[in-house]
Amino acid sequence: MSVTLLQQLALIGLMALGTALTRFAPFVLFPKNRPVPSIVRYLGSVLPYAMMGLLVVYCLKDSNPTTAPFALPELLAVAATAALYAWRKNLFLSIGGGTALYMCLIQWVFV
Amino acid sequence: MRTRALRAAFPYTVPVLTGYLFLGMAYGILMHSAGYSVWLTALCSCVIYAGSMQYAAVPLLDAFDPVGVFLLTLMINARHLFYGVSLLEPYGAAGKKEPYLIFALTDETYSVNVSAQPPAEVDRGWFMFWVSLLDQFYWVAASVLGALLGGVLTINTQGIDFVMTALFVTIFTSQWLDNPDHRPALIGLGGAALCRVVFGTQFIIPAMVLIAAVLVGMRKTLETPPAAAAKGEEQQ
Repeated sequence: MSVTLLQQLALIGLMALGTALTRFAPFVLFPKNRPVPSIVRYLGSVLPYAMMGLLVVYCLKDSNPTTAPFALPELLAVAATAALYAWRKNLFLSIGGGTALYMCLIQWVFV
Repeated sequence: MRTRALRAAFPYTVPVLTGYLFLGMAYGILMHSAGYSVWLTALCSCVIYAGSMQYAAVPLLDAFDPVGVFLLTLMINARHLFYGVSLLEPYGAAGKKEPYLIFALTDETYSVNVSAQPPAEVDRGWFMFWVSLLDQFYWVAASVLGALLGGVLTINTQGIDFVMTALFVTIFTSQWLDNPDHRPALIGLGGAALCRVVFGTQFIIPAMVLIAAVLVGMRKTLETPPAAAAKGEEQQ
């Protein structure tokens, strides 16, 4: 590995700092006695939904639908995950089932 | 006061315990399969303590790109800004416990602390503190367990990284089922997909800008509930 342990620790420190910044910022920017601007309240109500769509696309960014196997393992596993969740509303079942299906598909079916 | 709050808090954290046990162990196995020590896994779970970020960080630890890593951290965690906004008052009233409450604000802890109504005789600050601390304990313990288990597992773990995709797809589905207004979700999905096609794999920053711009631009429309909007269309 070309990255030293010290460099890895520095990267982890940066990620910890960046994460903490996003968590502390609203409390610093909008102290108790200062009203939160309505645009921020509005974004707070719609962004969580939009961000989850973005994160789904982010996870699938490296799959290629134009060449074999045409992102089929990803599509099938995503569909199974969503269907399992809609069916039973159970986090284990949908995440476990979807991941297990994906692992089977790429290890045995689309090798 | 503390033990009573702990007893009131624990039942609310049981769903998080099961979820974190599973996701944390999968993270530990993932870290092990990528060649990282159990100490590094434990360190990440203690100081970063952000599930999606830690998953995304696994490949990032293999190249020294501090600026890219920092920017991506801000992007992936940007949603925390909006969690904080809805907890300003309850967290602000928690006194000395406030910094830890803010540090430990994950998706799951947020969902409990923003919605749970502890009994009247329980101090809300201590209740939220125990929820936060128990949740982080579950996460750290599960990821260490996964990292140790990774060493003795003999199955082929190729494709285990799909667990991150499955997590986000599951949250997306649950939001879709809970919120009748699907437009914000579709704007996120569509904006990101469009930017992936246009900008290639480095699409995250343009996608964030586009999605935020569309949401702000459509504020008037989106602040009308879809049922009312549909009614208005019928009348026309």
